Amino acid sequence: MSVVLITIVSLAGLGAIAAMILYAASKKFQVFEDPRIDEVEEVLPATNCGGCGLPGCRAFAEALVKADDISSMNCPVGGADTMNAVAGILGKEAGAAIPMVAVVRCNGSCEHAPKTTNYQGAQTCAVVSALYGGETGCAFGCDGLGDCVTSCKFDAMYMDDETGLPVIIEENCVACGACVDACPKNIIELRKKGPKSRRIFVSCVNKDKGAPAKKACAVACIGCSKCFKVCPHDAIEMKDNLAYIDYEKCKLCRKCVPECPTKAIHELNFPPPKPKVKKEEPETTPAE
Amino acid sequence: MLKTFSLGGVHPAENKLSAAKATEILPVPAEVVIPISQHIGAPGTPVVKKGDEVKVGQVIAQSSGFVSANIHSPVSGKVFKIDDILDASGYKRQAIIIKTEGDEWMADIDRSDSIRKGITLSAEEIVKRIGEAGIVGLGGATFPAHVKLSPPPGKTCEVLIINGVECEPYLTSDHRLMLEKGEEMLVGVSLLMKALSVDRAIIGIENNKKDAIEHIRRLVSGYNGISVQPLKVQYPQGGEKQLIDACIGRQVPSGKLPIEVGAVVHNVGTAYAVYEAVQKSKPLIERIVTVTGLSVKNPGNFLVRIGTPISALIEAAGGLPEDTGKVIAGGPMMGKALASLDVPVTKGTSGVLIVPEKIAGRGKTEYCIRCSKCVSACPMGLSPYLLMTLAEKEIHDRAEEEKIMDCIECGSCSFTCPSNRPLLDYIRLGKGKVGQIMRSRIK
Repeated sequence: MSVVLITIVSLAGLGAIAAMILYAASKKFQVFEDPRIDEVEEVLPATNCGGCGLPGCRAFAEALVKADDISSMNCPVGGADTMNAVAGILGKEAGAAIPMVAVVRCNGSCEHAPKTTNYQGAQTCAVVSALYGGETGCAFGCDGLGDCVTSCKFDAMYMDDETGLPVIIEENCVACGACVDACPKNIIELRKKGPKSRRIFVSCVNKDKGAPAKKACAVACIGCSKCFKVCPHDAIEMKDNLAYIDYEKCKLCRKCVPECPTKAIHELNFPPPKPKVKKEEPETTPAE
Repeated sequence: MLKTFSLGGVHPAENKLSAAKATEILPVPAEVVIPISQHIGAPGTPVVKKGDEVKVGQVIAQSSGFVSANIHSPVSGKVFKIDDILDASGYKRQAIIIKTEGDEWMADIDRSDSIRKGITLSAEEIVKRIGEAGIVGLGGATFPAHVKLSPPPGKTCEVLIINGVECEPYLTSDHRLMLEKGEEMLVGVSLLMKALSVDRAIIGIENNKKDAIEHIRRLVSGYNGISVQPLKVQYPQGGEKQLIDACIGRQVPSGKLPIEVGAVVHNVGTAYAVYEAVQKSKPLIERIVTVTGLSVKNPGNFLVRIGTPISALIEAAGGLPEDTGKVIAGGPMMGKALASLDVPVTKGTSGVLIVPEKIAGRGKTEYCIRCSKCVSACPMGLSPYLLMTLAEKEIHDRAEEEKIMDCIECGSCSFTCPSNRPLLDYIRLGKGKVGQIMRSRIK
């Protein structure tokens, strides 16, 4: 009986001592962490995509809590809803985030830019672009091996087998910028999503002069400046034999689109051109 | 037993088709294209402009740093333009294009065939002359030669090793040079010895060039301190570190230069160019290029001016065979496939290899079967299979620990892999990334 008693007493004693040490240690080495960090992290999307420019959602939450002014900070995945929720927790003012989306600025499909060489090495754009200019005659265009697709965490991209180019699924794209970093040719750009997702951009990054650019790819920007001259909003900039449309200035008037002799300017999500006489019929919703 | 390096290595089919073909001199082309970056280091700065008259041997691009090299006009004529042209890799690079008119040489160049053996210049003057002549490592690495002749303070060179190995299959330009210009090459070696103030030089030659070994052995009896070291045929013996190991049994420590073990390595082609530059005042304006391939009609060795289009060389070797699958500048192991045949011969073009379609492609990539052939083959004692995975998964810190930067990109791993895995492709990618990280750390 005494053995049992001794055991119980000594174990209880050990437990009590350990508890006291632990209590003292927890008081002594306590690190204060703002409880709001956890709250903010809770409303962030937990994708850890790095789209905000910080390594993961926790780091972003810490930065948000620390910052005095969060109006310039944005979570591209969560968008305005998330940022407003964060602002509510922190009692700060959220900025008006402009929705962005990734666009592929190359239209050098198999049809437009025929292959001049045959590459059989490691199937990644990073290796090809380090080795040589790529399979087509255009050293600036898409290598077509899908490093961007691999980098996308949101299922917002796929490679089109027919064209050999990446396609962005707008609904899924959160503009985290992973594909922009993954592309060794820098053909992907984050652009303003635009009203009703309507956008105009030059789908070419070939800096060659007109003749060689056109020879390598039928839909290359040849730097003829026609769009530059016609633009009433001063939104087009000519540089390195290439036109660039500034999405901040562009008013989506589409005057430049028909001017382009190589059809290098793309318009997205605009309604089909209206027939000249008849008015477009309003959309009808079926009655339930 | 013949000597060779201690770790790894492979032995691809030698295919030295043009070994018995004497060097032919190709006519001066009507137009030459001279890229301003033909060497490792900073590109040259053009010092001529459109419309300028130039003579053979005139400086047209000035060295723009310590690790850089002068570029001289290989022809006489008029500068047609300075423009971006497609280089061997399909990217645009700046080049000077000259239309040939006549063949007028700079007055101080000695064009006679007589051999000048007497060395009158001091070590400093020799190094200066070599730097002025724009000589770079002609084995293919194109590292400016005068830099290697200026050892860093505190380091001394004990032995000069001359690379007559030519371990790349197919190539025979160094072989022919040793047979045809052996005497001149040895004077060049003596000049390099004087420049480095060493009294010992070893010429390493692989045993598949028995005639060259015999020929040079006969000639070295007239020179003090130079000896010939026959070596077992093993790729990549022409690699600097492998050659030092094979010749004097010393291993260059990881991340260090050969001078660490008291050795400096130069190629036989470089030694010959040094002879021409110092004794004849002739800068590096031409080189021997092997044009070869299994289906080439007339494989041979051609002495051509720098800037000659590759297509002209192929024409001289009997034209492009119909079954051509790819054309490689350099040898089959380390050479680069060309995106276009209009690119010019540069200082580093040791050969043009034409590969028939049926053997040009790579096999289908399969999974790694953990056979460790790549580990056995790696002459630097690395684990290529692991480095590939680390590069692919972007685990750069671990790749650095596994000494990815030691890789000499010889391609033995990819050559030996039974699953056709693109080992070197990824390792090269990883090297680039790790190198970037290491450089950013220094800053």
